[in-house]
Amino acid sequence: MIQKKYRSKHFVGLFYIAPWLIGFLIFQLYPFIASFYYSFTDYTLLSKPNFVGLQNYINLFTVDKQFLSTMKITGLYALLSVPLKLAFALFIATLLTAKIKGIGIYRSLYYLPSILGGSVAVSVLWRVMFMKDGMINHFIGLFGIGPVNWLTDPDLALVTLSLLQVWQFGSAMVIFLAALKGIPRELYEAAAIDGGGKWKQFAHITLPQISSVIFFNLVMQSIQALQNFTSAFVITGGGPMKKTYIIGMKLYDDAFRFYKVGYACAESWILFLVILALTVLVFRSSDAWVYYADEGGTK
Amino acid sequence: MRRETRQELIRHLLLVGIGIFLIYPVCFMIFASLKDTNEIFTSTKLFPSIWHPENYSNGWKSGATGVVTYTNFFLNTFKLVIPVVVFTVISCSLAAYGFARFDFPMKKLLFPVLISTLMLPNTVIIIPRFMLFKNLGWLDSYLPFLVPAIFAVYPFFIFMIIQFLRGVPTSLDESAKIDGCTSLQTLVHILVPLLKPALFSAGLFQFLWTWNDFYNQFIFINSPKKFTLSLGLRLSIDASTEAVKWNEVMAMSVCSIIPLFILFFCAQKYFVEGIATSGLKG
Repeated sequence: MIQKKYRSKHFVGLFYIAPWLIGFLIFQLYPFIASFYYSFTDYTLLSKPNFVGLQNYINLFTVDKQFLSTMKITGLYALLSVPLKLAFALFIATLLTAKIKGIGIYRSLYYLPSILGGSVAVSVLWRVMFMKDGMINHFIGLFGIGPVNWLTDPDLALVTLSLLQVWQFGSAMVIFLAALKGIPRELYEAAAIDGGGKWKQFAHITLPQISSVIFFNLVMQSIQALQNFTSAFVITGGGPMKKTYIIGMKLYDDAFRFYKVGYACAESWILFLVILALTVLVFRSSDAWVYYADEGGTK
Repeated sequence: MRRETRQELIRHLLLVGIGIFLIYPVCFMIFASLKDTNEIFTSTKLFPSIWHPENYSNGWKSGATGVVTYTNFFLNTFKLVIPVVVFTVISCSLAAYGFARFDFPMKKLLFPVLISTLMLPNTVIIIPRFMLFKNLGWLDSYLPFLVPAIFAVYPFFIFMIIQFLRGVPTSLDESAKIDGCTSLQTLVHILVPLLKPALFSAGLFQFLWTWNDFYNQFIFINSPKKFTLSLGLRLSIDASTEAVKWNEVMAMSVCSIIPLFILFFCAQKYFVEGIATSGLKG
């Protein structure tokens, strides 16, 4: 009796997850393993794969002059956009935690760019706005600055792309808002009695209390930034002088324009390892930083 | 008291100021779509000096080489997005139900697998996926989007629904079982009504992400007749034969995000709750 009950129970659970399991095996696990395998071959769309060992990886770091610079540009893009985005998101979130009227309206208003920002439409808008005779230059011209070559200056084009990332700070902000609401009010009350100013409260209460959320946002946003394709492709097309030629674009070109499938898979695995290392590193190092309430002492 | 009201006033001014600054690009886009192309790049004024509503009709007809118009792009986008959203919500809630409410062999292995796929980047699997779809003859159709949706290959949404299900007491399931409900009836009649906010959030995000997606559509679809809005817009700015008509492009850009606007203002609560409870990226 017991056995029969267990058996049917087993069957029922598997029945519900079966579609996911099949999908996972075919559309995630298989491509994952295949891309690992292809990365050790000279596979092109036109020929059968031959095993070439580490040759693709060696070529990436020796023959291919573009790869390392692409990785640097991609890293710089994440470094330019993510911290600024998070700082801005946190700043707005702290403004929004105070009890003021119309908080819902503000929250929606600030979230709107995140809804629209990933679309081709907004990338096109960015291109129009930042052109040499575009709206941004007209605006800063009112203050006697510019005109600035936002899209054609090799040192600036990446900044222009990063600004579009920063503009989409809404989801990070909403996560910060939820975290800020979770901080016990007594902590601030106690600090106020002790005479701590707003800045001290922010540095000694707010930041330690939400450190785990900051790390979470940091990892998720970086992973997202490292994989960007659309904005670079539409706004700058990788230029000028390949200064915005991020890894997403190079991967696309190598795989789908030049049909170097094995080679592109090797690139994608380097990117994957970077993302993996980042995830592990940040979660590891967070142990030292993150404040855990149940570790006691501060209560 | 007086000091507090003044502080609140400063806060409001700051929030409104930053808000205007952030939303200004969207306003600029809307009014640029009604200007003469020349005026977009010469005038500092937000409003057009002469209004050109015909940008919309001209832009709409432009499409690709006269064969395809934005009517096609819009219809195609809906044909792609709506089934993907529906399939995703159904398949992901089934999987979430399985994980949250049942014990089965290898669950201890499969659940961590599900969680780790949350971090699996699309870029590492897209090339073999392309080869797979090519061999199956699915390229240049919407199957590369529909079939993964049917098979719940969206771990974010499974995870999101599991998180919601954890908040629903199991006593409800048990009493339904005592009343003679099968497990599927329990899901449909007892849990789905309670899960509505979660399913709504999942559906909204899937709509948004599929609507805005360019990368996958660009790789899997190549004939203009099947182009979605993302691909159509990019075609409009790619016109190499003549100068790009930026005013018409702006007009079509506005059209392409109108559905997102409508969705957002009708359902902003679900967006915000969806992110806050599951930590989804937006």
